[in-house]
Amino acid sequence: MHLALFFIFGGLAVLAALNLLLQRHPINSALSLVVVMMSLAVLYWSLGAEFLAAAQIIVYSGAVMVLFVFVIMLLNAGEEERTRGSKIASIAGFPGAAAIFCLLSFVFLSEGHKLGLSHLGGSLDEASSNISQISSLLFTDLLLPFEVTSVLILVAILGAVVLAKKER
Amino acid sequence: MVPISYYLVLAAILFSLGIAAYLVKRNVITIFISIELMLNAVNLTFIAFAHQWNKLNGQIFVFFVMVVAAAEAAVGLAIIIALFRSRQTLNVDQVNLLKG
Repeated sequence: MHLALFFIFGGLAVLAALNLLLQRHPINSALSLVVVMMSLAVLYWSLGAEFLAAAQIIVYSGAVMVLFVFVIMLLNAGEEERTRGSKIASIAGFPGAAAIFCLLSFVFLSEGHKLGLSHLGGSLDEASSNISQISSLLFTDLLLPFEVTSVLILVAILGAVVLAKKER
Repeated sequence: MVPISYYLVLAAILFSLGIAAYLVKRNVITIFISIELMLNAVNLTFIAFAHQWNKLNGQIFVFFVMVVAAAEAAVGLAIIIALFRSRQTLNVDQVNLLKG
């Protein structure tokens, strides 16, 4: 059951990522990224990260992708014209990407027996939920980094407003 | 029962597709989308290892990556809007002011 879940949603994620690569129109790429993120949320849940699965759907496929789709619609981005990309990208890029993939898969599969198996749900301890564990860690030991991220978001909002402002 | 290495290989596939999309796309918004795809692939490895070692630190790290990615998306899209205002194009081949 776990294996079937993994293959269904892992395959869906790979197909959607391929679709992202092959589609010419930016809106199709953005919507296939939503599919990737949704299937990744299911995989997070199957690995016992319930909070992050919810955050993935709410933050990523909710907020961030709405921002992307909004900008694509705002700028009226049409189909990209097929120009010759830079030579370095085609000469070194695709073999490089394939080499990275082969290297990573080789390492992961050859060392895979040392990593062991995952079990569905995989809650760290049965008494408390994933959310309460994360929040207790986040609000005690990691309080300072958590507060610094709020400053980061404030700076990002100000930067976005200043950058997107109309120049006069 | 799924081996952890399967999750890691899936993350490697997604990351490589992100690299390929980053290189082949000419639209600046699509390039930005492929960066998000790579970030998501890395998040999957973090969560897989957090499950493997029964520690929450990996999940906390993913949380911070999500926060930074959201901030990055807001600033990056603002830069894209400013770029479109000044150059009237989204094609990265035509944004070559600094090219020697």
